Amino acid sequence: MVWVNAIVQGMLLGGLYALFAAGLSLMFGVMRFVNLAHGDFIVTAAYLMLALVGMLNVHWAFAILLVPAVLGAAGYFNQRILLNRVLGGDLLPPVLVTFGLSIIIQNALLEVFSADSQRLNAGWLDTASFQLGGGIAIGALPLMMFLAAVAVIGGLQFIFYKTALGRMLRATSDDPAMVPLMGGNNGHVFAIATLLASVVVGIAGIFLAVKTNFDPAAGPARLLFAFEAVIIGGLGSLWGTLIGGVILGVAQTLGAQIDAGYQILAGHLVFLAILVARPRGLLPKM
Amino acid sequence: MTRSRFTRRGFLKATGATGFAAAAGGLASPALAQGKTIKIGFVTPQTGPLAIFAEPDAFTLDLFKKQIGDGIMINGTKYPVEFIVKDSQSSSNRASTVAQELIFDDEVDLITATSTPDTTNPVADQAELNGVPCITNDTPWQPHFFGRQGDPAVGFNYTYHFFWGLEDIISSFIGMWDKVETNKVVGALWPNDPDGNGWSDSKLGFPPVMAERGYTLVDPGRYQNMSDDFSAQISAFKEAGVEIVTGVQLPPDFTTFWSQAAQQGFAPKVMQAAKATEFPQAVAPLGERAEGLSVEVWWSPHHPFSSSFSGQSSAELAAAYEAATGNPWTMPLGFKHSLFEVAVDALTRTEDPTDPDSIAAAIAATNLDTVVGNINFSAGPVPNIAKTPLVGGQWQIEDGKPVLKIVENGDHPEIPLTGEMKAIG
Repeated sequence: MVWVNAIVQGMLLGGLYALFAAGLSLMFGVMRFVNLAHGDFIVTAAYLMLALVGMLNVHWAFAILLVPAVLGAAGYFNQRILLNRVLGGDLLPPVLVTFGLSIIIQNALLEVFSADSQRLNAGWLDTASFQLGGGIAIGALPLMMFLAAVAVIGGLQFIFYKTALGRMLRATSDDPAMVPLMGGNNGHVFAIATLLASVVVGIAGIFLAVKTNFDPAAGPARLLFAFEAVIIGGLGSLWGTLIGGVILGVAQTLGAQIDAGYQILAGHLVFLAILVARPRGLLPKM
Repeated sequence: MTRSRFTRRGFLKATGATGFAAAAGGLASPALAQGKTIKIGFVTPQTGPLAIFAEPDAFTLDLFKKQIGDGIMINGTKYPVEFIVKDSQSSSNRASTVAQELIFDDEVDLITATSTPDTTNPVADQAELNGVPCITNDTPWQPHFFGRQGDPAVGFNYTYHFFWGLEDIISSFIGMWDKVETNKVVGALWPNDPDGNGWSDSKLGFPPVMAERGYTLVDPGRYQNMSDDFSAQISAFKEAGVEIVTGVQLPPDFTTFWSQAAQQGFAPKVMQAAKATEFPQAVAPLGERAEGLSVEVWWSPHHPFSSSFSGQSSAELAAAYEAATGNPWTMPLGFKHSLFEVAVDALTRTEDPTDPDSIAAAIAATNLDTVVGNINFSAGPVPNIAKTPLVGGQWQIEDGKPVLKIVENGDHPEIPLTGEMKAIG
């Protein structure tokens, strides 16, 4: 029963990793570029949520809509004004720019919110859970995070494969040189991709605000497992990211069941094994 | 960086003025002796994950600067004092770099540093290496002394440190367990970091003392910091019937554990999370769920000590801090204050403040009643170390706000109890 519980908790943990990784996966899929400030964007969203609900007393339902909207708009303009200038050609400049952004964001947050470890108190929701019998309980919040991850990835998948916008995104991903010849605007498409990714970042930030304490420096720690989830799943594949997150989560909880010291190690070992067996990930898109 | 431009007029003005000052100084020196400025370097983690320790910095420095005014009297001469503050950015590499800057660029006479081995160890190492007197606190003494390869038979020449040690926290934590009726089964949340490894050490850590005092240990192993899941630990604790959970955790790890424990229906009677619950700013976001959490207390407004520098009692110092900043008092406040108490006291007893060895000798001879207790470097467990008292505290919600009550004082009865240890729930 303990092992069943470990697998259930691991799957829920995987939902969290997938939610944190979805934006990263999407930006890489369309623009072939790794956003090193991804974790810091999530923390920024968490602070925004905290500021709205915790400090300005905005109703939480409104804040839940506002945070992704603000993040999405910021993402769009960040891409158009800043990141588009360094995209294309060399791989290094965009990575360096996001590295710089990461440092700027951390210090700006420190200046505004101080270094105190903060958290948004969700009241009864923090501790609510469903008893499944046999000593297995599913926390309401982890379950919501898992469902949110599935919904986010399903939604992105729909946009990518069922809409005209998705066709543009896929076309730009396949051949960014050809799209402008057909009347497309790469700058705009890239910015739309970042907008979508930033909305997902906003959702992840809302959950981070409730899940545990965060501080201005908490972003980079969120990045490692997100990278692993993306790579296990296969670069550019959205469902792959979800599967990657779940595999990572289950590997960690099973490892921890043997000894708490093996929790992180087990995740890394599975990551390594998959890299060896399938270097392009489970569901490679490219 | 400021660039000064040399002009003919500016040059004449400057040289004229200094010439006059020199002349005046020369004339007046027998009556109004004024020494060179004494520079005190201060390395502190103002930014980064440890920044919560640095909150009382500005208040403390302000208080000292104001009262020192135009200088302190040393051996009949008045010396102006300048504080040079450097941010370690919570990184030990950075702390080492800024300590070098203080030594070589600013040429400080004395270095001070506080808050965790990541700050005090690299700074003290640089000071020792370059022969600059150094005072540090707010790192348990074992990681500071042995972490720097200190030899108890030899000690250090220039670096002095005061705080409590591992033996104190073991005694205080177990003292708190004794106050609650339980089945004496203890679950451990010790991470894979210097603290966790020290606490879990089978010779010097908790395990031998626990066995001696009749407690059973359930140790699921050293977990990695910043974990997102503690379900394995919770299953293990539930299976073994754990009623006491003890650990040294980062705030996000503790919150993750504490929320998950509630979701999984695990409710221990005692929950101790050193580090995570030492600060009111970290406990407040837990809301009602902060009730009953217990933690070690290194300083509080109830400690019956007062400042040798400002004369304020612990309570007065905390009140002044709360009035000036609007923030609740925190434990580092007392230690930041005492750090400069010891520094100023040593300087005033120094025979020749231009000589590092003379300053170091004055620090070594310290026997001072500070706001955190008596500091005497010759009475410590190893050379260069002085110990301060440690008691046990519990957060209890009063008027919707968590208040830290002192509930255990077995080793230091001079510090009064302000509450009674209660079981959670």
